[in-house]
Amino acid sequence: MTPDGAALGSRLRERDLSAAPAALNLLESTAPADREQAAALMGEVSPGRLGGEAPGHLVGLTGPPGAGKSTLMAALLHHWRGTAGEPGAPRRTVAVLAVDPSSRRSGGSLLGDRARIDFDPADRGVLIRSTAAGERLGGLARATRAAAHALAAAFDVVVIETVGVGQAETEVADVADSVAVVVQPGSGDVLQFLKAGIMEIPDVLVVTKADLGQVAMRTRRDLSAALRSLGSRSTPVLAVSSLPPPSGVQELAGALEEHRSGLDVAARRLHSRRAAALSEFVAEHGELGLRAIGGRGAAEQRLAEQDPGLEVPALVGVLEQDTR
Amino acid sequence: MSGDQSPRLPERDRPWMMRTYAGHSTAKASNELYRRNLRKGQTGLSVAFDLPTQTGYDPDDELARGEVGKVGVPIAHRGDMAALMDGIPLGEMNTSMTINATAAWLLALYIVAAEEQGVSEEQLQGTTQNDIIKEFLARGTYAFPPAPSMRLIADMIAYTVEHVPKWNPINICSYHLQEAGATPVQEIAYAMSNAIAVLDAARERVGDRGPEVMEQVFGRISFFVNAGVRFVEEHAKLRTMAILWEELGRERYGVQDERHLRFRYGVQVNSLGLTEAQPENNVQRIVLEALAVTLGRDARARAIQLPAWNEALGLPRPWDQQWSLRIQQVLAFETDILEYPDIFEGSKVMEGLVAELLEGARAEMAVVAEHGGAVEAVPYMKGALVDSHRERIRRIESGEQIVVGQNRFEETEESPLTADAEGGILVVDPALEAEQIEALRRWRADRDQGLLDTALASLAEAARDEASGDLMTATIAAARAGATTGEWAKTLRDVFGSYRAPTGVGEAAAIPADGELSELRGEVSRLQEKLGRRPKILVGKPGLDGHSNGAEQIAVRARDSGMDVVYEGIRLTPAQIAASALQEGVHVIGLSILSGSHRELIPAVIEALHDAGVSVPVVVGGIIPEQDVPLLEQAGVAAVYTPKDFDITRIMRDIVELVDSDAARAALAGNGSLASGTA
Repeated sequence: MTPDGAALGSRLRERDLSAAPAALNLLESTAPADREQAAALMGEVSPGRLGGEAPGHLVGLTGPPGAGKSTLMAALLHHWRGTAGEPGAPRRTVAVLAVDPSSRRSGGSLLGDRARIDFDPADRGVLIRSTAAGERLGGLARATRAAAHALAAAFDVVVIETVGVGQAETEVADVADSVAVVVQPGSGDVLQFLKAGIMEIPDVLVVTKADLGQVAMRTRRDLSAALRSLGSRSTPVLAVSSLPPPSGVQELAGALEEHRSGLDVAARRLHSRRAAALSEFVAEHGELGLRAIGGRGAAEQRLAEQDPGLEVPALVGVLEQDTR
Repeated sequence: MSGDQSPRLPERDRPWMMRTYAGHSTAKASNELYRRNLRKGQTGLSVAFDLPTQTGYDPDDELARGEVGKVGVPIAHRGDMAALMDGIPLGEMNTSMTINATAAWLLALYIVAAEEQGVSEEQLQGTTQNDIIKEFLARGTYAFPPAPSMRLIADMIAYTVEHVPKWNPINICSYHLQEAGATPVQEIAYAMSNAIAVLDAARERVGDRGPEVMEQVFGRISFFVNAGVRFVEEHAKLRTMAILWEELGRERYGVQDERHLRFRYGVQVNSLGLTEAQPENNVQRIVLEALAVTLGRDARARAIQLPAWNEALGLPRPWDQQWSLRIQQVLAFETDILEYPDIFEGSKVMEGLVAELLEGARAEMAVVAEHGGAVEAVPYMKGALVDSHRERIRRIESGEQIVVGQNRFEETEESPLTADAEGGILVVDPALEAEQIEALRRWRADRDQGLLDTALASLAEAARDEASGDLMTATIAAARAGATTGEWAKTLRDVFGSYRAPTGVGEAAAIPADGELSELRGEVSRLQEKLGRRPKILVGKPGLDGHSNGAEQIAVRARDSGMDVVYEGIRLTPAQIAASALQEGVHVIGLSILSGSHRELIPAVIEALHDAGVSVPVVVGGIIPEQDVPLLEQAGVAAVYTPKDFDITRIMRDIVELVDSDAARAALAGNGSLASGTA
């Protein structure tokens, strides 16, 4: 029997965190009956139903393999949960959506991240969910956008952690309110990608392994210089170290917070929902389907006319109606 | 050979030191066992500690549950050590301790126990294993992050070279690398790279004391190796290591004294190749493996301990271990191997094998060096080991590599050796854990709290003072003050931070499918259609057992079969497993235990899952004695796999069927347990 999507959605809306695992199972499912229930779930956590955007902060954390994302994630988690031993830190509920690539050969995946994040299993305010990107190479899993938005109704912070630079970073930026790109000292790729315009300018740049001293400082300087030459003076470049005593984690959390407070969250998310609806429609019906409703421009126009409170499945539904 | 030259040695060589890796239940029971073993002709001690002692937890810690006294003896404080060594003259004994993360602590307890016997530390002889890099790579009983772990080792070397000069502060282990699947080349290269990391750290610590101290340090580093059943190549491996070691001493560390340049090693022969099927065949394997380390005089072991024939079944009994000791004695006292000079000198085959291994090992050492040395290369080496182990398993599955009684000649008569009620193994009384906890509480209550607090505070201070804190001296002071193993480790964890080692599974390459695997992938795709999601499995190890090779192979094969795999790694509490299963929305859970704690831990995991509202099938693999299977099934385990189930693709097929029928059951029950997860 398929679970009741609307019920799960309304539990999330009431910030019942225990509804999250089942909600994620449903959102990840491709079974037709489940898809219907998933749409009902999303309807319950849509801005229209919530009376505004979901309150959780959607944070993207991305970077090349080996940059130290998981270790940083663990340190951030302790900071947000108030278990890092910092005085007066507020306790915020946190969901982590860790997206790992799938094997092209078998379609399967190894989701090893969890093993590196130390957490208290009795802490009901934390959820860590690993997902495979599936066929979507170098980007997000099919359900990640929906999952992030649904969880943002219930959790204070929702982190989307992905591997890669360039493509991956762009996809995360389409979903998250604030994106932090994580690099390790001495890695030149990000610098080159930034200069070449292959990647967007992130909201926060993080250099890990600050304990390496000189190299970390140099990397930080180089990145700052590259950003300045691209005309960006506001992107903070932070150095963090996860080795005890950890440093820079509080500053990173602060920088993410600050970025969000200067952001028109409603506009960013509205844009993101409409873009997601269009790409989901294309994934489902192809370019042919798109032409049948008058092409990309007409579709964008149609989406722009809709109620800003609608969630993605409802928007896709509007486009699908036009095909009939 | 010219006429007047005898092919014999003028005098028969003295045999190597004979040990048995032993310890179980309690300090008192182990002490009795040691004394009996010494009476039987054993010439040294080899202490097996239980997992809580190895990882720095007291018996009453949540993580110690089910593990106390299982794979070794529990030692929680100096009182336990005194009981363990009671009546054994420590000034004359040569004691090897398989202890790593907590090596400094156990050596401190040993020093204090000797003090109480009136024996000074200069007289002590023996070895602490103390090789932390291989713990990150293969064995999993680490306690602190890499950098402070290396510092602890360097501190210990600096202390022993001055105060306990006859002690081998570290045994560089290639043993566990082979158990984790290393090829001979990998075994040599990673062990040597590991030694370089240790020696570099030591040089940093004692370099200012002059070149003669570094000579001594080099001379005190010994190795702990493995020997497999391909005993000719294995012998060549040891000759190769001796050459590389001497070269390293001369070239990198400027060692000149011939005595210090000698490659010294102890050995425990291969356990990986021992089978559960027709276990009596393991006796032959052990004998042949022993030949690898004794035949050639130029690369003969200094100390040998042999596994017991029934290790793949469970914990060996004293009688089983006696059998292994007798193998050594027959080899040393009945055969003529100790009567000759090196019998391989001038052998073209041996020289050729050594040349091949030298070339391969040098190339692989260069790769490790390029990664920045052994500490930095842990993820690389771990991934390479997982790959090699997978290749080994593939060869056995396909029948390319013959394992008698397992994948060939399987038909067998009933074995009288396993016919008794316990199935021919040692069963540790589960009531002992409660007794240990009770005794520990009494110990804690009887201490001078002020003295203890001061000692632990100084230890923390030494730990924080990275530049000049002397951890070993502070550790000995804490041992005298009656600190417990858990208190010592917690004090250091609070300063050093905790750590989780890389799992290696992410680095393992995806293999192209053969026919069987393609078929399985088809099954997985069909199941995915049915479930709406790709089948997702949680793989992890409850308890303190860090032998993760089996779990890693299951994880990698599940990925290669097309499943989404959440690999949780080692040292998980039942609550952690339940939380992960719930949050991840998995369809099935695979648990692996080799330490014998399954009787306590598996039912605890199932209870925790039930409490979390997760109702998915659980399968268990590991060293699970036949007679324990019904107990696990009653607790709710869907399937149990033991070493005789070597065909991993078959296990995968079972798991896929299990998920399929569970989904059908859930659909029928109408509760959608898989999709809803929780109420």
